[in-house]
Amino acid sequence: MQVYRWTLTMALSIVHRATGIALYAGTLLLAWWLIAAASGPAAYAHVQAFTGSIIGRLIVFGYTWALMHHMLSGIRHFVWDLGYGFKANEREALTWGAAIGGIALTVLIWIIAYAIGGGR
Amino acid sequence: MSASDTPKRSMRTPLGRVRNLGAAHSGTSDFWRQRLTAVAMTLLMIPVLVIIMMTLGRNQAGAKQILGSLPIAVIMMLFIVASAWHMKIGMQVVIEDYVHNEKLKLTAIMLNNFFSIAVALASIYAILQLSSGV
Repeated sequence: MQVYRWTLTMALSIVHRATGIALYAGTLLLAWWLIAAASGPAAYAHVQAFTGSIIGRLIVFGYTWALMHHMLSGIRHFVWDLGYGFKANEREALTWGAAIGGIALTVLIWIIAYAIGGGR
Repeated sequence: MSASDTPKRSMRTPLGRVRNLGAAHSGTSDFWRQRLTAVAMTLLMIPVLVIIMMTLGRNQAGAKQILGSLPIAVIMMLFIVASAWHMKIGMQVVIEDYVHNEKLKLTAIMLNNFFSIAVALASIYAILQLSSGV
């Protein structure tokens, strides 16, 4: 496949899929959180101990990024589905927007989370 | 590319076109639902993030009080249904792209359905439990 030049849109296409698969597995975390909240204080404390740990924080941070990136990348696909943004400069701009926007939103969410006391 | 650019002529008869509804045998319903659930989740994203943020730094009793309120429970359940449906379709596309052995593919698609439904039902059950007995 060496006739292909690796492009940004190709890379982001793979990342869209990879983040989708990661989010698929990540729903277990969401389900665990909800089930623990419904189960009682002890179960909920386990979840909080996990999400408060370094590994837990890294996973939740990664989950936040995967979610934000997949959403913005998905909106980009939606724009294409509607028939817009197919010119070379437009599709590059949309793709850069999704890549940078995903990181920016992730950082923003975590700044807000820490600001309101989620870091405790 | 607009719809008017697509060729109108086809060698397939109208009956042939509808009989098996393409390779997926279900027409474009998955394509449509993938986008329907994507739009739903995008609209629900800010409320869901706010709800999760509200529970930060609180213990189980605090989280239960927040998650158990009617509007929040409904928003969370809508998001879970949309997520599970969306990820079920997305994973099926991945399976169909990479798994070429027919039996393995059907097994993987079945497991994908089981997983997605189980995660959704477990989450919804938890929310219903949080909503009752507050």
